[in-house]
Amino acid sequence: MFIAVSVAILITMGLALARALTGPTTYDRIAAVNMFGTKTVLLIAVLAFLSGSTDLLDIALVYALINFIGVVAALKLVTQKNFHSSEENRREVE
Amino acid sequence: MMIDILSWVCLFAGGLLGIIGGIGIHRFPDFYSRLHAAGITDTLCAMLILFGLGLQAGFTLAAFKLALIFVFLFFTSPTASHALANAALHSGLKPKLDMDGRGVRS
Amino acid sequence: MHGILKMKSYSFAALLFLFWVFLSGHLTPLLLGFGVVSVALAVFLSKRMNVIDHESYPLHLSSQLPAFFVYIFKEIIKANIDVVKRILQWQGSTISPQLVDIPVQQTSDLGRVIYANAITLTPGTVSIELSQETITIHALTEEAAQELAAGNMAKEVSNRVLVE
Repeated sequence: MFIAVSVAILITMGLALARALTGPTTYDRIAAVNMFGTKTVLLIAVLAFLSGSTDLLDIALVYALINFIGVVAALKLVTQKNFHSSEENRREVE
Repeated sequence: MMIDILSWVCLFAGGLLGIIGGIGIHRFPDFYSRLHAAGITDTLCAMLILFGLGLQAGFTLAAFKLALIFVFLFFTSPTASHALANAALHSGLKPKLDMDGRGVRS
Repeated sequence: MHGILKMKSYSFAALLFLFWVFLSGHLTPLLLGFGVVSVALAVFLSKRMNVIDHESYPLHLSSQLPAFFVYIFKEIIKANIDVVKRILQWQGSTISPQLVDIPVQQTSDLGRVIYANAITLTPGTVSIELSQETITIHALTEEAAQELAAGNMAKEVSNRVLVE
């Protein structure tokens, strides 16, 4: 039964991956990757119950946080083309 | 037994919503409307699957961890959606709008 | 002022330690010792970063917060059903995307952010831009935009979230 749910999540991940590959704009790709990451968290949680070792839930927990930080970091890199903040830029100029 | 059935219903509904959201991100025409389809999989789908797993776990540490995952997703997914939409708007990506509506800007 | 900060640091440490115990689930001296060291490091770093302030300690949240969560879950479920219907209606265009400015009554930063997050959490509406007086939202349908403009959710947020 858990297998059916994980197959459903895998199909969703495949659809998200297809959007990440085809998506016309960069933002489509990032949104798809964000969705892919959320599904990965759920997949790990389901696999934890499928295999019976609930320690895997810790990994899902950490993945949820890393996914968010990763998406925001990728977004910042795409919009600003660099990683130093605008305040730092101004200070360098002055 | 009742709890088992409820848990399976939640898990299947969650999986189904995930697939529907996945179809949605291919069906909708532009980035902003795709964000709404991705929102389905981030909210109700994730909630139902985590709730279904929590019913399987009962009152254990595993249920506490599932609740924690739920709280993290609950706080981070709207923030990520807002950041994406905001960045896209500021980069000049124009949404496709229904022009004859009320209060519409180009 | 200094005393309050100290009290907050101690209660923060106690909370973090409780968190550690719940996450690890082991009560051996070695692992509890690791927990004490990690908590001390986390509190030290938080003090250095100056993040122990009134926003990270939302004691001014209303006691009606659970009622707000019940309301927001209901809204999420309703909005999900609506968007799912629109995805599955195959022929023709079922959506009418809108960009609308919604006024914000919340005066505090926290209130505004909670309102914007509540808008984004319900599928069908995404907050795009947040300024002092308005939130620009992208709505999937005209009905969703009109429902938000009617202001029920704004009322819920201002009545049930923050104690002014």
